[in-house]
Amino acid sequence: MQMNEYKPLIVAFCCNWCSYAGADLAGNNRLNYPAEVKIIRVPCSCRVNPMFILRAFQRGADGVIICGCHPGDCHYTSGNYYTRRRMAALFSMLDYLGIEKERTRVEWVSAAEGAKFAATMNDFVEKVAALGENKRLEDLRCKR
Amino acid sequence: MQKITSEMLIEKATELLTNGTVSTVLGWKKGECDYDVSPAEFKSVEEVKNEFIYNDFSAANLSKYLIKRTEKVHGQALVFLNPEKKILVFLKPCDTYSFNQLLTEHRLDRESVYAVGVQCDGMIDIEKVKKIAGDGILSVDCSGEDIIVKTLYNDDMTIAKADVLAERCVNCKSKKHVAYDELLGETGEVIDSNRFDEVEKLEKMTADERFAFWQNELSKCIRCNACRDACPACTCEKCVFDNPKSGVENKSPANSFEEKLFHIIRAYHVAGRCTDCGECSRVCPQNIPLHLLNRKFIKDMNEFYGDYQAGAEVGSRAPLVNYTTSDIEPGEVFDRGDEDA
Repeated sequence: MQMNEYKPLIVAFCCNWCSYAGADLAGNNRLNYPAEVKIIRVPCSCRVNPMFILRAFQRGADGVIICGCHPGDCHYTSGNYYTRRRMAALFSMLDYLGIEKERTRVEWVSAAEGAKFAATMNDFVEKVAALGENKRLEDLRCKR
Repeated sequence: MQKITSEMLIEKATELLTNGTVSTVLGWKKGECDYDVSPAEFKSVEEVKNEFIYNDFSAANLSKYLIKRTEKVHGQALVFLNPEKKILVFLKPCDTYSFNQLLTEHRLDRESVYAVGVQCDGMIDIEKVKKIAGDGILSVDCSGEDIIVKTLYNDDMTIAKADVLAERCVNCKSKKHVAYDELLGETGEVIDSNRFDEVEKLEKMTADERFAFWQNELSKCIRCNACRDACPACTCEKCVFDNPKSGVENKSPANSFEEKLFHIIRAYHVAGRCTDCGECSRVCPQNIPLHLLNRKFIKDMNEFYGDYQAGAEVGSRAPLVNYTTSDIEPGEVFDRGDEDA
């Protein structure tokens, strides 16, 4: 393996009740997903403030993915419905500003979908890696 | 259609001040030049008679100024007002949408406001006048059909008003007053305008072109926060941009990330509540087309969740504080973009 091989940094916001448990299940089942994915546990996907996403990009993330319960299955009844609307608006806006749309994603992963979690992360990391470093929404002061 | 003059408004303000209906008047005040008209508060008939002006530069949206002036502290008497008397405000059609939106958000006390709707024939953008007439503008007379500009170098230059209309008035969305106690002039209809054309044009570009466009525009930002301060939807008592720990507080942006972050967050905070009054773009000293960010959100939400005009009705629910079980998925939003391209 090359020394300087590019590895994207991915931030995954996972809801405590479904996706985080899904990630856990993926681990229990020995399913591989890239180590570049850094999981941040949130009580509900709607806890994710749009600022968090921009902040993640600022601090060097190359892609941000938000995972929550399937619509209708939210532990708090309606949290992920709000997430869906907020993120649809935000991601559309990022696209409008010319930020590559492959860098952001929302995925619904239940606690029983360890395989889906691993597959989603593999796919997402591959797509972001193909794009390369996040240049359009970076903060040079935060570069390592 | 009759032209509304300063005198008509002054007469109305004088009448209401004299008969004791109102104690304060919110209106517009003459500046040093004809075109730097600024919002102002008048306490007496003399002040109104000396300083009040309404012309094609009285563009400021006055609804936001009502917040502090109608504030109730613990349900007690109004801070600035005699509780028996009201505050008079003049509202143009687009200002009435902001007024309604503020009522929806319980930021205003309707009982203490006497709103007079003013017919609006479109406001003039002085930058456009400067482009045509050149520098050294001495006076701008907009009392007639066309405007007459006098500069240091040219006497009496006549410019058609249509050529110098502010962007938001060229694409006026409504001449209808949605809230008023009394009307001066006529109220019109909601207009099926082309206000999303510019947004569509940008959407059709490639991501690289869009990025270049916004990089170019947003890097002009000097972070004066005028867009936030003038916006009738930005009414939080504590603003994220005033928090020194937010990393985006009041200072000139250190790099391209910060200016983007500021503008995304500013537009996002008013998404679904923005009435598209265009104040942000009007007050921008760098002439950044900020309305294009807001309109993108409005256009998206109209497309995703059905047509919604913030402020059209008091008590309506904005798209982002509402949901249905069959909303569009964020991923599908991008697919939709691909079909267009």
